[in-house]
Order: sequence, then structure tokens, then C-alpha cells
Amino acid sequence: MEKDSGAEDSRLRPRILVFSTVTISDIGIDLAGSAHMHYSPSVVVIPVPCSSGIKPGWILHALTHGFDGVFVAADGSDCALVPDCTKRTSAIVERAQKLLQENEIEPARVKMAAICSVCAEPFVKHMEAFQESLAGMAQMGGAK
Amino acid sequence: MSDRRIGVYICHCGGNISDYVAVERVREAVEHEEGVVVAKTTMFACSDASQEEMIEDIREQKLDGMVVASCSPTLHLLTFRGVAERAGLNPYRYVQVNLREQCSWAHTDLPQEATEKAVHLVKAGIAKARLSQSLEKIRIETVPRALVVGAGVAGLRAALALSDLGISVFVAEKSERVGGWLGEFGDTYPHGRSGSGLVDELLKDLEQRENVQIYTEAELVSKSGSVGDFTVELRVKGEPITLNVGSIIVATGFTPYQPEEGEYGYGEDGVVTLPEFVRLLEQCDGQLTYQGRPVKQVAYIYCVGSRDQSGERGHPYCSRYCCNAAVHASSLAHELSPEIHQFHLYRDMRTYGKFELLYMNARKQGALFVRFNEEALPEVSRNDGRLHVKVKDMLTAGEELDIEADLVVLVTGMEPRPNETLNDALKLPVGLDGFFKEIHPKLRPVETVIDGVFIAGAAQAPRNSAESAASALAAAAKTAALLKKGYVELEPLVAMVDAEACAWCGECLEACPYSAVSQASRDGKEIAEINTAVCKGCGACVPVCPRDALQVKGYEDQQVRAMIEALGSAR
Repeated sequence: MEKDSGAEDSRLRPRILVFSTVTISDIGIDLAGSAHMHYSPSVVVIPVPCSSGIKPGWILHALTHGFDGVFVAADGSDCALVPDCTKRTSAIVERAQKLLQENEIEPARVKMAAICSVCAEPFVKHMEAFQESLAGMAQMGGAK
Repeated sequence: MSDRRIGVYICHCGGNISDYVAVERVREAVEHEEGVVVAKTTMFACSDASQEEMIEDIREQKLDGMVVASCSPTLHLLTFRGVAERAGLNPYRYVQVNLREQCSWAHTDLPQEATEKAVHLVKAGIAKARLSQSLEKIRIETVPRALVVGAGVAGLRAALALSDLGISVFVAEKSERVGGWLGEFGDTYPHGRSGSGLVDELLKDLEQRENVQIYTEAELVSKSGSVGDFTVELRVKGEPITLNVGSIIVATGFTPYQPEEGEYGYGEDGVVTLPEFVRLLEQCDGQLTYQGRPVKQVAYIYCVGSRDQSGERGHPYCSRYCCNAAVHASSLAHELSPEIHQFHLYRDMRTYGKFELLYMNARKQGALFVRFNEEALPEVSRNDGRLHVKVKDMLTAGEELDIEADLVVLVTGMEPRPNETLNDALKLPVGLDGFFKEIHPKLRPVETVIDGVFIAGAAQAPRNSAESAASALAAAAKTAALLKKGYVELEPLVAMVDAEACAWCGECLEACPYSAVSQASRDGKEIAEINTAVCKGCGACVPVCPRDALQVKGYEDQQVRAMIEALGSAR
């Protein structure tokens, strides 16, 4: 417990906020932990009922309050709440990207993918790839 | 400064959390957070002793908010809501922080960083709890009556079970007769009883019951109200009938795949579908004949319309029942004419469970099974007046066989039944395959996102009559559990409108998949109104509002922003 983790900074940053969904993608993210699949501790999750209900302003808020990227873990076709959830979530991400552009933030800092309730491995891979992609961008100001 | 009084409990989970997260350090880091008056660690938060301690703290410290940082909310959210409730604290002022699945277990290699992350996760939970409000469950009195849509084996079996449980049942069947596909067929496997006989038995029983009413040529055209108290309109033989029911079971069945003209020779004399072949078997007396001619050779082509993604009508799914049904039909054909030669051209033989015995029996009877693959599908042609099926046998290194056949049976699968009027009325979600979709295939297999509306039988997915009856009984049990209690309590985590901000533009009405939004006049102003009994709290209305007038309780704008700030402050 008290041992030195010896972690490299590159494993800890960039910082990603994940919006998951209570009934589907959060379960998949839980499964990654249950299987002790490691991903960076700089990834944190806020569950919401459905990705169709995410406000673009929340994404901007995250990127101006310490996060380098926002990942929307949508339910895709598994969404039991909203039949055209993917289309709606895509529209929200597009609106968020416009909002970011207006605030001189790279639109690529928000990413969306379907994460199902057993998508543990895909989630970890998405996090690794997204962190790599974010690491190639200039560091966010981290305004608080 | 917040005047809230929040209790925070950080769980060791034996060592599942504390082996990787320094829980005492987390406690020290959050104990002076705004509003926190109790901050403790506990070996097992879910243990009886810990729960009692929490109840004592809530009462003695007059807590008005509680955070437990332990495992995933899927495990213990309801446990700790129950703790709050028992202590007199509104359960919606409780927040669970996932410190195990999404922290300690995912970062076993980085304990210091996991601890740092845990601090921020707990701070975010406290931020949410600080802004939490008391919410009351939405209570609705239930009507002890149910509507079953569809009178095939699933619908009839569900109706009988509900009647047994003392619930009045209306059955609405779209066609002129009840019984569905099972009612059209003869011998069934494994007991040999006829499908029509089974349906007659069910019907006879139902007809003797005073609490069952069956309507034929009846279609559900509209539904209003909510779980426990729906008003539904049927059109029965063209006349409208209004019913008041507490729940609805949808058991509308399937449609057999109908091949296109020319598909595997369909349309040619002697090329029939499996249902057509089964009817032919029932009509034959003494010997298998087709159009008056004796049948000596039969070729079956499997997976017609199933496991095929090509073309507009391709279905990627397996229709599940057809391997069994084809092999069963083959055995019946053998019983009629033991001298006939039967060739089964299959991709994969899926005679699961007890049906394997049927397959073994068919082989013993002399049927030949030839495996093909999807890259080389069988070809049906007519030469010299006879049907020929060419196929590459994958079990003999792709040797091409040319089978002469008197009959070619296309083993057709299931398609979702077109239900446009019903879909419009109920707004039930369907999957990509077109079948009605359950909430969860394993955990909530007959429930839909529309509270009080259940699905059963092949309306949900391809399945045989036994499986359809089993799912119908599950739907009946869920219906009874809902209606026998006399009332239902719904989660209050639904949308709400800020009447001051709303200027009624109708965007939320368009966005709501459940018709939970309506226009209402309040103090001379037009605003959106939410039917809380119908709203599912998905939040689809929230981001479309141009005036930020909508929120979902428990996921309010201020709460989400406060959580983001707490989580993002780590840099």
C-alpha cells in the first residue's frame, strides 16, 4: 500500500472526464475495474441517465476547469431509453465542438464512442488512444 | 458557507479498496469540506453494524445529506438509500461514490495516484450531496386489469396466468382467429401433441373464466395515462372500445420470412417454404405427395432469411427455431414415406438442448446432412423438368454435389411482425433487428422502458413456442407483481421545468421520446409541463432547451457543474 508507485507523468495525464450512462456504459466501465484492467487514474467518470441528456455547456465547463478532454461513453444502439440515442448524442457532441471552437479550444478534445455494458476492454483502449491524442495537443490552461 | 450537515463514510471493503487507496488519508482530505460534519472510515459500509452507526449519526448529528464511498452504485445504492430512509433522511439526499470498481480496482498499480483520485471522487460526491434535495417517489394507484395484445401461444398463456392470479384480462387479437402460428400446425416436438390441440385447450380454459374477455379483429390504436392506470383505445371490428388497464403485455408474435421470387428458386413449382411444407405434411394421408405426384427426394436449404446481411431484407440474426423445426418436419416426412431420401443443406446445425435427440433420430432415419458455407450458397435450378440443387459439401473438402429433388424446402426464419399502429401507440423501442427490445436481456428480460408495458414471445426475439410460453409467464408474473400491490412508486428522478425561464417553444415536446411533455398555461404564460408518471428521466429534453429551462432531478445543472469543478481541481 505504501510502496512508491513509480508512475511516470505520461501515465497520469492528460486528464479526461468521462460521461457514462447509469444503466449501460457505467456498467462496462465498472467491468474494466472488476477485471483489474488498468487505465490512467487521471480518468474520472460522471454517470448520467442517458448521453442524449448531456449539455454541451458541461463539456465546455470541464475543459475550462481542469480537464484536457471529455469522453462521452454513449450507449449506442443498446440505449433502452432513447431509440435514436446515437444520433442525438452525435448532435450534442457537434454542438459542443462548435462551442469549443468559439472558445478557441480544439474540437478534438471531445470524443464520443459507444461503450456497452461488457465493453471493458474497448473502454480501456479508448482511454489510452484518447490520452495519446490529447498528449499531442497543447496542454489546456486548467483554469479554475 | 453551506448550512448542510453531511455525513461521509469511506469504506475499506475488506481490503478491496484500502489495499490500494489510503482511506484514512481520503477521510482527512475531505473532513473539512464545506458542509461535512461526520467523516469516518469503515471496514464494510454495507455491514449491519456500519448501517446502524450511520443511522445513529443521521439521527444524533441531524444529518441532511450522506455520502458513502464504497463499491459501484449498482450494488449498494438501494442499500444506503434504505439506511437513509430508516433514519428519517430523505433517500435522495444520499450520494454513492464508486471507489472500488472505478478507482481502487482499476489502479492497483498506482496506489498514490488512486488515493489522490479517490479524494476528488469523494469531494465530487460531497459537492453533489450539498446540492441535493428531498424528493418523493411518485405514487400511482393501480387498476387490477391487464391488456394482452396478441392471442398466439404467448398471449393466451399470459392471459390464463393473469386470470389465475385474479387479474381481469382483455385479450386483443388482430386477426379473425386466435392461436397464432402454433394454432395452425399439427404435431409438435417432443410430446407429439398438435399445436392446434394445445391452443384449443388453452382457449377452452379461457372461455370458462369470467375475468377474461377476448376480442378478435381488434387493434390497439392509442394509449394514454401511465403505469398502473392506462386508458387504451381498441378498434374492434371497426368499432372503438375504451378500456382502463393497469398494464399491457405485448405478445404480437412474428412473421415468417417470405423469400423473394427467384430466391433459391422460390416461385418454381416444387420450391416451398418450411411453413408451406409443414402444411403439406399435414394434408398428406399415407404418403408424401406434392401436386398429386409422389415425393421421393427432398432437399432442405437452411438459413433462408437468417444469418444473412446481404440485401435490404438480410437479417444478421439466427432465427433459432428453424433448425429444430426443419429436422422435426423431416422426421414427420420419414414417418409418412420411409423410403424417401432427404438432404439437409445447412450452415451450422443448431438443434440445441433436447432437440439434439431429434437431429440424431433424423440421421438414424437416413437423412443426409451436407454442410455449406456462406461463400458458396446452394444453387437451385430446373434441368430436364427436374429440380436440381448444387452445393459444395464443406465436410468433403468442397466436393460439388448435384442433388435431384422433387421438393426443395427453404428453411425460412422469423421476421419482426409489422406493428406500425401499435408502435405509434405504445412507443416501445425496437432493436436494430426490428423486434421489441427489453430493458436488459438477462436481468429485466420482459420489461420495457415504458413502465407497465411488458413484452413476451416472438415479438421480442425469434423463439419457439415453449420459450414463448415461458416468457409469457414471466411477463404475467411481473404484471401481477405490479398490480396486486394496489399502487406503484416511481423514481422521482424526472425532468422539471423552470416556469420563469420557459417561454414555450416546443423543442422539448419534439425531443421527448415518451410524450411526457405538453404545453400548459400558467399565470397567463405558455410553458412546458412534464407528466412525471410518464417521464423516464432520460434528459433528452434538457440540451435542446434554448433557455436552459429544463433539468433532470438528481442530475441538475448546478450539481453536474459542481462535480466537474471538484473532480477537475486536482491539477
